[in-house]
Amino acid sequence: MGDLKLPDIDYGALAPMLILFGAACLGVLLEAVVPKARRYAIQLGLALVALVAALVTVIVERNTRIVTIGGAVAVDGPTLFLQGSILLLGVVSLLLIGERSIEAGGAFVSQAAITVGSQKDLRQASGQPGGTEVYPLTMFALGGMLLFVAANDLLTMFVALEVFSLPLYLLCALARRRRLLSQEAALKYFLLGSYASAFFLFGVALLYGFSGAVDLASIHAAVADPARSEVLLFAGLALVAIGLLFKSAAAPFHVWTPDVYQGAPTPITALMAACTKVAAFGALLRVLYVAFDGVRWDFQLVLGVIAVLTMLVGAVLAVTQTDMKRLLAYSSIANAGYLLVGVLALNKDGLSSTMFYLVAYGFSVLAAFGIVSLVRDAEGEATHLSRWAGLGRKSPLFAGVFSFILLAFAGIPLTSGFTSKFAVFGAAIDGGQTWLVIFGVITSMLLAFPYLRVIVMMWLQEPGESTPAVSIPGFLTSAALAIGVIATFALGVIPAPLLDLTNDAAQFVR
Amino acid sequence: MKDFPFLSILTLLPLVGAAVVAFIPRGKGNLAKTIALVWSLVVLALSIGMWVAFQVDGDRFQFRESYQWIPTWDARFTFAADGIALVMLVLIAVLVPAVILASWHDVDEAKRSVPTYFALLLALECTMIGVFAAADVFLFYVFFEVMLVPMYFIIGSYGGQRRQYAAVKFFLYSLVGGLFMLAAVIGLWVVGGHTFDWANLKDASAAFETNTARWLFLGFFIAFAVKAPFFPFHTWLPDAGVAAPAPAAALLVGVLDKVGTFGILRYCLPLFPEAARWFAPVALVLGVIGIIYAALLAVGQNDLKRLVSYTSIAHFGFIGIGIFAFTTQAGTGSVLYMVNHGLATGLLFLVVGMFVARRGSALVSDFGGAGKLVPVLAGVLFFAGLASLALPGTAPFVSEFLVLIGTFTTHKVYAVIATVGIILAAAYVLWMVQRTTQGTLNPALTEVPAMHKDITLREKVVVAPLVLLLLLLGFYPKPVTDVINPAVQATMQDVGRTDPAPTAVANGKVAR
Repeated sequence: MGDLKLPDIDYGALAPMLILFGAACLGVLLEAVVPKARRYAIQLGLALVALVAALVTVIVERNTRIVTIGGAVAVDGPTLFLQGSILLLGVVSLLLIGERSIEAGGAFVSQAAITVGSQKDLRQASGQPGGTEVYPLTMFALGGMLLFVAANDLLTMFVALEVFSLPLYLLCALARRRRLLSQEAALKYFLLGSYASAFFLFGVALLYGFSGAVDLASIHAAVADPARSEVLLFAGLALVAIGLLFKSAAAPFHVWTPDVYQGAPTPITALMAACTKVAAFGALLRVLYVAFDGVRWDFQLVLGVIAVLTMLVGAVLAVTQTDMKRLLAYSSIANAGYLLVGVLALNKDGLSSTMFYLVAYGFSVLAAFGIVSLVRDAEGEATHLSRWAGLGRKSPLFAGVFSFILLAFAGIPLTSGFTSKFAVFGAAIDGGQTWLVIFGVITSMLLAFPYLRVIVMMWLQEPGESTPAVSIPGFLTSAALAIGVIATFALGVIPAPLLDLTNDAAQFVR
Repeated sequence: MKDFPFLSILTLLPLVGAAVVAFIPRGKGNLAKTIALVWSLVVLALSIGMWVAFQVDGDRFQFRESYQWIPTWDARFTFAADGIALVMLVLIAVLVPAVILASWHDVDEAKRSVPTYFALLLALECTMIGVFAAADVFLFYVFFEVMLVPMYFIIGSYGGQRRQYAAVKFFLYSLVGGLFMLAAVIGLWVVGGHTFDWANLKDASAAFETNTARWLFLGFFIAFAVKAPFFPFHTWLPDAGVAAPAPAAALLVGVLDKVGTFGILRYCLPLFPEAARWFAPVALVLGVIGIIYAALLAVGQNDLKRLVSYTSIAHFGFIGIGIFAFTTQAGTGSVLYMVNHGLATGLLFLVVGMFVARRGSALVSDFGGAGKLVPVLAGVLFFAGLASLALPGTAPFVSEFLVLIGTFTTHKVYAVIATVGIILAAAYVLWMVQRTTQGTLNPALTEVPAMHKDITLREKVVVAPLVLLLLLLGFYPKPVTDVINPAVQATMQDVGRTDPAPTAVANGKVAR
C-alpha cells in the first residue's frame, strides 16, 4: 500500500458553506447555554451575520473556477452565482422568519413537543415567544443548499440534499397556529421527500454501475462511450432526475407542494418557494449540463413533456384555488415549468436565463408570502380568497404592492416577471424548443386569470364585514417586502446588470 | 427644431404628470383636475410643435432618438415617428384634454379617489404615446402591454354596472392577444439576428423563411386583431365600452383600439410582406363581415354606449379592408379613417356621456324627444351621428370614400359589399337620433331635473374643437393627407404592391 494522499482543499472556495455550517453548529450550542429570554436576539443576529459573511466570501471568491476536495465540490460561475442568490434570498427569508411584531411571539410554536389542543398549547398560542431552534435549522438548510448547487459528484449531492431537506421537514411542522395542518404538511413532505431521496440514491447506484464512478466528469466521459449499457444510463438518469424534479416541484412530482406550502409557517413557505427552488434547479442544471449533455437528444423530449405538464397542471389548478397560499403554490409549480423551459434550451443562454429567472422569481415570491403573512384576523392568517375582498379600500398600499407582485407573476412588462419569462423563452427558441415556448405562452394566459381575479377581489369589490385588517408590519417584514418589491421592479426596468452577471457566470467547470 | 427630442419628452411628460397628480391628497379633487388639464394642454402644445417641425417631404422616420436599455438583448429606447404615427400622436394629444374636461364631474368624490382617476388618465396617455412613438419592437411590446393596466383600473374602479366583468374581459382578451405577440416578438428576435430595432429587423426580414414569417405574422396579427378589434375577436369591446365611464370609452375606441390597426401597418405589413399578401384574403373577409355584422347589431341595440361600440367595430372593418387592399388610396384612406374615427366616435361617445350623465341611464328607451329639453346638446349628438355615418362635408366621408375607391380598384366584390355598410350606418345613426332626441317628449324625461339643463360652457369647450376639426378635415383634408401619404406609400412599397396613381389625393381630387 502506498502513502495515502490527502486531496487538496481550497478552503477559500468552501468558505461560504463552512461559515453557514459553523454558524449552525454554534447556534445549536447556544440553544443549550444561553438563557431563553436572550436567545432570540443572539440567534437572529448570529444567523444574519453568518449569511452576510458567507455572501461577502462569495463575492470575494467571484473569480474562482476550481474543482476541489477530491472532485467533490466544483466552485465555478454558476455555483457562485447560485450561492450568492441563495444567500441573498436567504437573508430576506430570515427577515420574515425573525418577525415577531405581527403576531406576539412570532410565527413559530414555542415548543414543538406540546400536544396540540392541550392547555399548554393554548397558552403557547396566546403569545409565548417562539422557539429559537428555527435559526440553526435554517442555517443548516441554507448551508445544505449551498453545497447542493456546488456538488460535483452525485454522492456529495445526495448528502447535501439530505442536509437541506431534513431541517426543512422540521421547520414545516413548527407553525404556531393550525398546528395539525402544519404537522400533517411536515409528515407528507417528509414521507414523499424520503421517497424522492431514495429514488435519487437508487439512480446514483445505477449510474455508478454504468460509469464506475459518481463524479459528474467521469459520467460525462462514460456517456460518450458507446460500449456501455444504455439501460443503466437511462434508468439511472431517470431516477436521479425524479429526485431533483421532486424538489423543483415539477409535475407529476408536485403533489406535495400545495399541502406543504399551505401548512408550513408562511416564512418557511417563502424560504422553500425562493431558496429551495434555486437549489433544486441549480443541481438540475449542473447534472444535465455537465454530466449528461452527451444524451441531450434522448432526455430533451421527455423533460419537455414534463415541463409542459408542469406548466399546465400549475396553471389549470391555480384557476380553481380558493386559498391564497395554495394559489401561490400552484403558481410556483407553473413557474417550475417555465424554469424547465429555460433549462431545456440546453445552451449558454438557457443556463444564464434560468439563473436570472430564479433570482427574479425568488424576490417576487418572498414579497408575496410576506404580504400573505400580514393579512390576518384573530385566528391567524386569513388565507381564504373571499377574505381578501375589498382589501384595496382598507389598505390601499398593501393591496397595491400585492397587485404589483401579481402583475409580475402574470408577466406584465416593467416587472421582473416579464424580463425573466422573456429571457427563458428567448433562450428556448434559440435552442430550437419553440413548442415549449408556445405552451409557455398558452399557460401564461391561463395563469393570468387567477391573478387577475385576486386583483379584482381586492380592488373592485366592496369590503365585507369579515375583511380582515392588514397588520402593520414590523421593521423586519417591511424590509423584506421593500427588498422584494424593489427587486421585482428594478429587474423589470433595468435588468441589464443582472443579465450581464448571469452571462458572465454561465460556464460550468467539469 | 429637428433635433429636439420631441418623442421622448412627449412620452415622459404625461408620466410625470400622472405621478404628480397621484400624490395629490384625496380631498383636493379640483386641484387634481386642474393640474391634469393643464398638463394635458402642455402635451398638446408640444405635439403641435412636433407637427410643425415634421418635414412632409423629409425622411420617412423623423425625430429618431435612441438610448441604451438592455444591451444583452439589444433592446433600446428607440423612438421615431412616420406620418402615420405623427397624426395618431396629435390625435391623442387633442383627445386627452377633451376627455379630462369631459370627466370633470364623472367621479363621485365620496366613493372614489378623484386624483387617482386623473392620474390614471395621464398614465394612459403616456403609454398610448409610447406605443405609437416606439421604433423598437421590445419597447413597443412593453407599452402595448402596460397600456392595459391603467385602462383596466379606469374601467374596473370608475365604470358603471358590470364593470368588474368588463374590466377582466378587456384585460384577458388583450393579454391573450399580447402573449401571442410575445411569442412572435421572441421569434422575430431570434430569426432577425438578435435585434429589436425596427429598421434592422426590416432589413433582415427579406431573409425570413416563408413559413416562419407566416407564423410570426399570425402572432402579431392576432394581437392586433383583438386590439382593433376585428370580427370575431370583438366581443370585449361592447362590454368595455358600456362599463367604462363615457369619456374613458371615447379614449378606448378613439385611440387605444387604433393601436391594432397601427400595429398592422407598422409591423405586420413591412416586416412580413409575403405573409401579409398571403393572409390578405382572410383579413379582407373578416373586415367585410365586421362591417355588416357589427352594423346589424348596432341597429338592434337599445343601449347608447353599446350601440356606439358596435358602430366602432363596423368602422374598424372599413379600416381593415383599406389596409389589406394594398393600394395607396385605400391605405391613406384607412389612416385618415383612424384619425377621423377617433374624432367622430370620440365626439359621439363624449356627447352620449353627457346625455347619460343627465339622464342617469344609457338606454335609448329612457329617452325620447330629448331635443325639446336640450336642443343644443341634441344638435351636437345629431352632428356627431352624421359625422359617424360619413356624411359628405364631414371628415369621415373623405376617408370612407378613399377606402372604398382604393379597395374597388383591386377587390371589387369586397368594396361593393362594404358599401352596404354605409346604408346600415345611416340606419343605426338616424334611428338612434330619432328615438332619443326627436318625436314626442318622453314624460319621464321631464321629471329628471338635470335633463332641463342644456349644454354647459364646459361641455361646449369639450365638443367645439372636435366639431371644428371634423368640419375642417371634411372640407380640406390636405394637411393630414400630405403627412400620411408618403408613409403609406412607403408601407405599400414594403408590401411589394405599388400603384401608379398615388398623387390623386394630393392634387385635391378624390377620384382618379
